[in-house]
Amino acid sequence: MSTQHATEVADAHEGHAHEGHAHDDGAHGHGLTDMGYVKVALVLALLTGLEVALTYVDIGSLFMPVLLILMVIKFVTVVSFFMHLRFDSKIFSWLFYSGLFLAVGVYLAALCTFQFFAGN
Amino acid sequence: MADVAVHTPPADGHDDHAHGHTTSTGLSNNKLAMWMFLGSECLLFGGLISTYMLYRGRHEGSPTPSQLYNIPLTSISSFVLLMSSLTMVLAVSAAQRRDDRNTMTWLTVTALLGATFVGAQVFEFTEFVREGLGFTTNLFGSSFFTLTGFHGVHVTVGIIMLMALVGMVSRSRIPGDKAEVVEMIGLYWHFVDIVWIIIFTLVYLIPS
Repeated sequence: MSTQHATEVADAHEGHAHEGHAHDDGAHGHGLTDMGYVKVALVLALLTGLEVALTYVDIGSLFMPVLLILMVIKFVTVVSFFMHLRFDSKIFSWLFYSGLFLAVGVYLAALCTFQFFAGN
Repeated sequence: MADVAVHTPPADGHDDHAHGHTTSTGLSNNKLAMWMFLGSECLLFGGLISTYMLYRGRHEGSPTPSQLYNIPLTSISSFVLLMSSLTMVLAVSAAQRRDDRNTMTWLTVTALLGATFVGAQVFEFTEFVREGLGFTTNLFGSSFFTLTGFHGVHVTVGIIMLMALVGMVSRSRIPGDKAEVVEMIGLYWHFVDIVWIIIFTLVYLIPS
């Protein structure tokens, strides 16, 4: 028991140690530098512009998959970089993504029950 | 089973999470609780988004969503909320540097951007009501106003927390680790942003 516990604690601290690798010149605490955050925001702004532009051009059946992929990329980018999940302990990722995947699973099942995907 | 409080500072010499408290995981309990709360919020918004998806075609007696939605306005407000996430993360970064002046500046800018977003949402709601879509007009109206209204309330609560935080930082009234408190508010704010990323795509950009 104590060995397992010690391993868990060591793993948690390993998360901290990884933060050290994320330290760039000028970075504080954990995560990117301020300029790094600005670059991430620019990418997010570009992706948003692309999403909006897609509503004005006809790309046929690719429209919905492309929009959903762009949405997921933006979501993961904000969670990973702005919310620091990429640099933090994996326990935080587990907590958040458990809730997220539980929600996605439960509500997909609910929508299937209502025959949402059958178009009825 | 003894709850062994083993805590070893990381190699780089500073400890962002434990802040002087020894916890069994070596991580901040506040931060663990916040991530758990955000995980549970996924279920709340998942329910609201699913309900909207189910009822978005039920717009008898009112204009259709594609006639109502003002995509240019919503795109600008989405951009504003996205940029508020940038200013929030810059506030967290400044707090970690113990730079109170920049922390307060970025927190205030974040609150102003959030207020701009809420203002655009209020304008959108009044336009919809003027065009004949109220909360009880049909199922589309009920699910739309509930979903976006809940999100707007979350943004408003975030703005209140940001302004309270600015006041507390300026008076040095934050107990414990200031950077961690700013980071907690930041996590909430970014969550509100990622929920809007989903709403913007599923509600506004993908037609019913």
